[in-house]
Amino acid sequence: MDSYAAQIVGILPEILLIVTAIFAILLDLLSKKEERSWVATISLVGFIGSGIVSVFLWNRVGFVFSGMVAADNFTAVFRILFCFIGAITVLVSPEYLRERKIRLGEYYPILLITVFAMMVMVSAADLLLFFLGLETMSIALYVLACLDRRDSRSTEAALKYFILGAFSTAFLLYGIALIYAQTGSTSYAEIMTALIVLPLEVVTVAGVGLLLIGFAFKVAAVPFHFWSPDVYQGAPTPITAFMSVGPKAAAFVALIRVFTISLESLADIWTGAVFVIAVLTMTLGNVVALRQQNIKRMLAYSSIAHAGYLLVGIVAGGPRAIAATSFYLVAYALMNLGAFTVAMLMNRRGEGDYQLDDYRGAGFAHPLLGVTMAIFMFSLAGIPPTAGFFGKLYLFSAAVEKGYILLVVIAVLNSAVAAYYYLRIIVLMYMTRAEHEMAAVPSFGGYTLTLVVTSVLVLLIGSLPGGLLNLLLAALP
Amino acid sequence: MTIQLSHYLLLSAVLFSIGVAGVLTRKNLIVIFMALELMMNAVNLSFVALARYMGDSAGQVIVFFVICVAAAEVAVGLAILIALWRHKGSMHTDALAVMKW
Repeated sequence: MDSYAAQIVGILPEILLIVTAIFAILLDLLSKKEERSWVATISLVGFIGSGIVSVFLWNRVGFVFSGMVAADNFTAVFRILFCFIGAITVLVSPEYLRERKIRLGEYYPILLITVFAMMVMVSAADLLLFFLGLETMSIALYVLACLDRRDSRSTEAALKYFILGAFSTAFLLYGIALIYAQTGSTSYAEIMTALIVLPLEVVTVAGVGLLLIGFAFKVAAVPFHFWSPDVYQGAPTPITAFMSVGPKAAAFVALIRVFTISLESLADIWTGAVFVIAVLTMTLGNVVALRQQNIKRMLAYSSIAHAGYLLVGIVAGGPRAIAATSFYLVAYALMNLGAFTVAMLMNRRGEGDYQLDDYRGAGFAHPLLGVTMAIFMFSLAGIPPTAGFFGKLYLFSAAVEKGYILLVVIAVLNSAVAAYYYLRIIVLMYMTRAEHEMAAVPSFGGYTLTLVVTSVLVLLIGSLPGGLLNLLLAALP
Repeated sequence: MTIQLSHYLLLSAVLFSIGVAGVLTRKNLIVIFMALELMMNAVNLSFVALARYMGDSAGQVIVFFVICVAAAEVAVGLAILIALWRHKGSMHTDALAVMKW
């Protein structure tokens, strides 16, 4: 990878997204009002194109830009996943924006920039580049959360997100500074080699602790989760769907790269802390989700609980656990995007209602919504033959292999608790009568396509999980 | 007494802690913003001192990136604050209490 052109090829998916974003902004500014719907189409093309380029980069490139960017297969997998998430978000957005009368041309370009930043985060092999990616993503997300300016909840959510996001960023940055103080470098590889020979000092431990706090904020792990239910509830629903899967996956991949690779020699120190955070996260997430009446808040707490399961993979460490964590991230992205899309469609009763009671009898009134929602809920609860079941199976068996029996027992008990609130939705949909007339659900191609694609993929991965797992095992860094 | 690396790092740690305390205890959102900036700049101080001490310019370059990022962040933050002001007419954290639990 010496020639300049070869280096550029290594970051081609990112370049494509940025070029599309700039083009979309210009198009929105220069075109007439009725032509602006093209912006969505062009963003969709950008995501698909970038995803296809990522597929072609499989096995082609390694480290580029003096080891700053790791354009390896592990990155490629997540680039493809992020492009998929971005494309789905574009598919579900136009109708929602039209209905809420949010006529902002910036929406799609900012979404493209967010996905670009997520890609930078996962391909970073240097703490500085990772920090830049994280911040670009966060700043773009603050804007996206705030887009529904007329809804005071959207603004409130964005401000909470902003304050806690900036707060956690400062911790992360301080952690980077302390690690830099000890090792004299910000490159993952150099930190790894330096830490093996360096004697353990308080500064290193403090640095790792601060990094962990920063990451825990970003993945919404207890006790740094306060922001997520409010932000998920207040933000526009397509953005909530995007936020609950994309940035979370990006943060987890960065966490894998930083903790299980470059800080591996310090595993004895941070494993205990992550263990406790994992237990607290899944328990609190599930218990609080039980009593939620608002579906967006319920899914927010469920997303906290899922972060807890994912942390089990980080605690276990090793190739199998990392592959299982990645598998779970893919499965979680599919089922959560689908569940949020159904939530978006079911909410037709005034502004920001999203009550669980709306689901009474919905299974018969809206067959497609009912069946797909049932699939997503079974998958989130971890019932076969869905992707969610195999995600949990691989994750927990990897942890058992490493001897974390207690952790797995707690996780399985948690899954049992979680089954209650997921299955309650299915019970409401199919075993209760509607209290009042069903609201009409808008027919829009993007929604149907999203529901069909995500539910089919959930079932497909649930029936043939081996293929994806082997792919991820082959892609490990 | 000469000023050594440890003095800079200590000052940086103290400033960072003041920033954390400010974010956690203050009720005015503008003051919270200031405390956030203080935290960022405390870290910058650490980076500059370390870069000088180690004779490694990378630390100083990081500071430039952090300053840019902090500026972009605060621009978005203030815009959100203005949007909040239009809704609530208040800069107090109590204005952020529509959604809880």
